[in-house]
Amino acid sequence: MSDEMDDVLNEFIVESYESLDDLDRELVTLEQNANPDSLAGVFRAVHTIKGTSGFFGFNKLEAVTHVGENLLSKLRDGETEVDRPITTALLSMVDAVRDMIDSIQSDGVEGTGNYDALISELEQLESGEAPTADTDASGSIDVDTAVDATGDISDVVAEADIAESTETTDVEILEPESLAADAAETVDTSPTAAATGHVASESIRVDVGLLDDLMNLVGELVLARNQIIQYTGTNPDATFSATTQRLNLITTELQEGVMRTRMQPIENVWNKFPRIVRDLSIACGKQADLAMEGKHTELDKTLLEAIKDPLTHLVRNSVDHGLETPEARLAKGKPAGGTVALRAFHEGGQVIIEISDDGAGIDPALIRRKAVEKGLLTKEEAAGRNDREIINVIFQPGFSTAAEVTNISGRGVGMDVVRTNIESIGGSVDIASTHGLGTTVRVKIPLTLAIIPALVVACDEERFAIPQVSLLELVRIDGHDPQSSIEYVHGAPVYRLRGRLLPVVHLHEVFGKAPPEHSDGINIVVLEADNREFGLVVDEISDTAEIVVKPLGRVLKQVSAFAGATIMGDGRVALILDVMGIAEHIGMTSTGAGKQHGVEDGEANAAGDLRRLLMFRLGDRRLALLLEMVARLEEFSTEQIEVTSNGRVVQYRDEILNLVFLSEELGIPSTRPEDAPVQVVVYTDGGRSVGVVVDDIFDIVEQRFDIQHGSSAAGMLGSAVIQDRVTDILDIEGLLRLALPALFAEEAA
Amino acid sequence: MNNVDDPRFCTFYLGDLFLGISVTCVQEVIRYQERTRVPLVSDVIHGLINLRGEIVTTVDLRHRLELEPRQPDDQEPINVVVRHDEGVVSLLVDEIGDVFEVADEDFEPLPPTLKGVYRDFVRGIYKLDRKLLLILDTDRLLDLPNVSNVPGLEPADTPNIPHVTPITEVVPS
Repeated sequence: MSDEMDDVLNEFIVESYESLDDLDRELVTLEQNANPDSLAGVFRAVHTIKGTSGFFGFNKLEAVTHVGENLLSKLRDGETEVDRPITTALLSMVDAVRDMIDSIQSDGVEGTGNYDALISELEQLESGEAPTADTDASGSIDVDTAVDATGDISDVVAEADIAESTETTDVEILEPESLAADAAETVDTSPTAAATGHVASESIRVDVGLLDDLMNLVGELVLARNQIIQYTGTNPDATFSATTQRLNLITTELQEGVMRTRMQPIENVWNKFPRIVRDLSIACGKQADLAMEGKHTELDKTLLEAIKDPLTHLVRNSVDHGLETPEARLAKGKPAGGTVALRAFHEGGQVIIEISDDGAGIDPALIRRKAVEKGLLTKEEAAGRNDREIINVIFQPGFSTAAEVTNISGRGVGMDVVRTNIESIGGSVDIASTHGLGTTVRVKIPLTLAIIPALVVACDEERFAIPQVSLLELVRIDGHDPQSSIEYVHGAPVYRLRGRLLPVVHLHEVFGKAPPEHSDGINIVVLEADNREFGLVVDEISDTAEIVVKPLGRVLKQVSAFAGATIMGDGRVALILDVMGIAEHIGMTSTGAGKQHGVEDGEANAAGDLRRLLMFRLGDRRLALLLEMVARLEEFSTEQIEVTSNGRVVQYRDEILNLVFLSEELGIPSTRPEDAPVQVVVYTDGGRSVGVVVDDIFDIVEQRFDIQHGSSAAGMLGSAVIQDRVTDILDIEGLLRLALPALFAEEAA
Repeated sequence: MNNVDDPRFCTFYLGDLFLGISVTCVQEVIRYQERTRVPLVSDVIHGLINLRGEIVTTVDLRHRLELEPRQPDDQEPINVVVRHDEGVVSLLVDEIGDVFEVADEDFEPLPPTLKGVYRDFVRGIYKLDRKLLLILDTDRLLDLPNVSNVPGLEPADTPNIPHVTPITEVVPS
C-alpha cells in the first residue's frame, strides 16, 4: 500500500474510533429518548464506516455495518421503535466494528472474528417489520442467504445458533409481531449519505508529540523568564524592565495558550459511561440513570488518559455496589431507578470530579468491624476515628480484597488501586457516605503536570519546593518561647492545631540532621498525604512560584523524599519535595506506625456535646469562652483606648466600643505589660458590641466536655477539663450584665 | 564507552593522579558552578547544577575514588560533563588536562598489585612519555546503586510513585 493509502487508512481508523465513541453514547441516549436528529447522526456515522470499509475492501466490516445501517434506517424512518433488544444488538455491532478496527490498526486486516450471528440478529430485528431486507447489490452473500423472503424466523435463529459465534446473542428474545413482508421497503440512504464525513473547517489534527515538545519549550521559556525577572530587580534600566514586563505577559499568555491546546473536555472520558452504566445495570438487574454535570470541564490530555480507568472503576462501583435493586429501593421508599451523578468543575486551580449515587451508602460500623478483623486498625484506633475517616479506610490496600468487601454493602474492589492511580498524577481521592442515602467519591486532580504551583521553603540554607496540591495551610508560631508550643506524645512531637493534635516533623530531621536549637519562631507547613495531615517544620517560608518539574538523574530517583527538581529564578536548582515520600518516611501513612492525625485530645470520647471554645489566659488562669458567643477577635494598642464617662472605650468600625477589663471584673491580676497591645474578644448582642479585654488568646479547641457547675464565682458558667487541664468557662452574658448594667438596662427598657 | 573507534582521551588531574576517559562520552567541560546540595544522599553526590536548563547531578570524583576530601582553600574544581546511560552526569575533577591520542601498543592492563577501588574503576594504563594515564571506567564509576545514606528512604518494597511527573517524561498518548 502506498504511503498515501496508509494516510487515508489511518484517517479512517482515527475517524472511526471517534464515531464509535459517539455511537456508544448516542445509542444509549436513543434507547431512553428517541430523537430523529441523533438517529440521523448515528445512521450517518455507520454509513460512513460502511462506505469507507467497502472502499478498502474490508468485507466483513462492510457486511456488519451494512445490516446495522439497514436496521438504523428503519429506525430513522420511524418504522421500528428503538427498544432494548435493538439497542443491545446495535451496541454489539459497535463492539464488533471496534474489534475489527483494532485489528486493522494493529495487523492491517479485519481479524478472524465471526460475526454471522450478529449479522443475522440485526437482520431479524430489522425484518421484524420487513423480513425482506432487499439488500443492495453490494451486500455480502451472508446477508442474502440469511434472510428468507418468507421470513421463517425460527430457521434463522437455528442458523444463528449453529453459527457458533463468539457473540452471546439475544436472538431468542426476538418476537417479530408481524412477518408481513414489505418487500417494497428498500434501504433509503440518499439524503443523508451525501452529508458523510466530518467538516473540519475550524480545527486541525496535531500530533500529540508536537504539543509535548511545545509544552517543554514553554516550560523552558517560563524558567528563562523567571531568571530575567530576577535580574531586572538588580538592573535599573527602564527600557529593559519595560521589555521584561512585556516578555512576562507574553510568556504567561503563551503558557496558557499552549496548555489549552492540550486541554480536552472530560466529556471524552465520560462518553463511555452511559454505555457502561446501561450494560452493568442490566447485568445486575438494577435500574440506573446517569446524570452528568460539567462535562465541558477541561483538563490536560495526559491526565485525562490517566483518570480514565479510575473513574470507570468508580462508576462501575456505584452501579454494582452502590445502588440497590429496584425492589430494595422501593422497600426503602426510594424511586425504583437509582441515579449515578457525575459532576466536574474547577476549584482552586484543580479539577474536582465527583461521582455520587443515591444508593445504600456505606455502613461505618461494618467498616470499623472489618478493619479491626483484618488487622488494619486496632480496636481503639477504629473507635477513635470519626465516620468519615473510617469510610476512607476502604482505600487501604488489604482492605479491599474482593469478595469480603462486596458482602458489606461497600465498594472497595480495587479502591487502593484507584487511589494509587490518582495519587500518581498528583491528585487525591476522598469518599463521603451517608448510610442508607448514598455515597460520593470526590477526586481532585491538578490541571496539568508540567508546570505546577509550588510553595518555596528554606531549610538548612537550601530551598525546596512543595507542590501546592499537598498544601493545606501555613502556621507560624511566634513568641518568646515558640518551642514550648510543640508538645511530645511519647517522644513524638505534636502541635495543637485548633484542638487537634497535628503530628509535626522537622525537615532537618527528615534529612537526618539535628534541627537548629534557636529560632525566633516556628514555621509549620501543614501538608496532607494519604488523607492524613502532618506538619513539616521548615526554617523559612519564602514564596509561591510556578515551577517546571524536571526529572532527577536516575542516580537520585531512588531517594523517595524528592519528586524532582526545578530551576529557580536565580538559575539555581531547587529540589521538589515528595510529600507522599516524606510521609512514608516518617511513618505517617496508613501502613506506618499509627502517628496519624485524628487522634483527638484525650477526653474526646467523654460525654457531652462537641463544642468549640476560645481559650485565653488571664494572669495565671486558663479560661475559655464558648466560641459561638464571640463575634470577632481584635487587638488594640493602648493609645487607642480613650476614657469616657462610661468607662474605657475604643473607636471601632465607626462606633464606640466599650471595653471591659476582665482582670478587674474577676479580680484576677493581669500579667499583661502596661503598654502592650490589648487582646479583645468582641461580643455582640442585640446590635450592641462590647470588647472584653483578656491577657492572651492562645487557641480554639473543639471537644466534648461537661461543665461542672457549682462554681460560685460571678460571671462563670463553671469549670471543665479542657486539654487535660481544669479550665473556667466564662459566662460572658452574665458578666457583662454585671459589668455594664447601664448598657443592659437601656436595652431592657 | 569503548575506545576502539576513537583513541583519544580527555584527561584530568585528581591529586597526583593523571586520569582519562574516552572523549566519546565527554559532552563538555565547564567551570565550577554553585551546587544545590542534596540531603539524604552520600557525599559521593556533590549536588545538582543547572546546565542550560537541564538538571545535572555532580559526582565528587575525589570521594568516589576515596581520595582526601577537597579542602576549602583548594582551587575550585572543574566539571567534566559526561553522557551516560544514567543520563548526563558531571564529574568534579581538580584540573583539566589535554586531549591525548594514544597508541594501542602503549596500553597495559592493571598490574595485579593494584588494590582497592582502582581495581574496580580503572580499566587500564597507557604509558605516555613521562607519565602514566589511568583510564577510568565510567560505567562502574557511575554505578551508584545505593547513594541514599539514611535507612528508610531507600526505595520501599512498593515502588515509589512520584507525585509529579517530570516534564520530559510526559509521554504522548
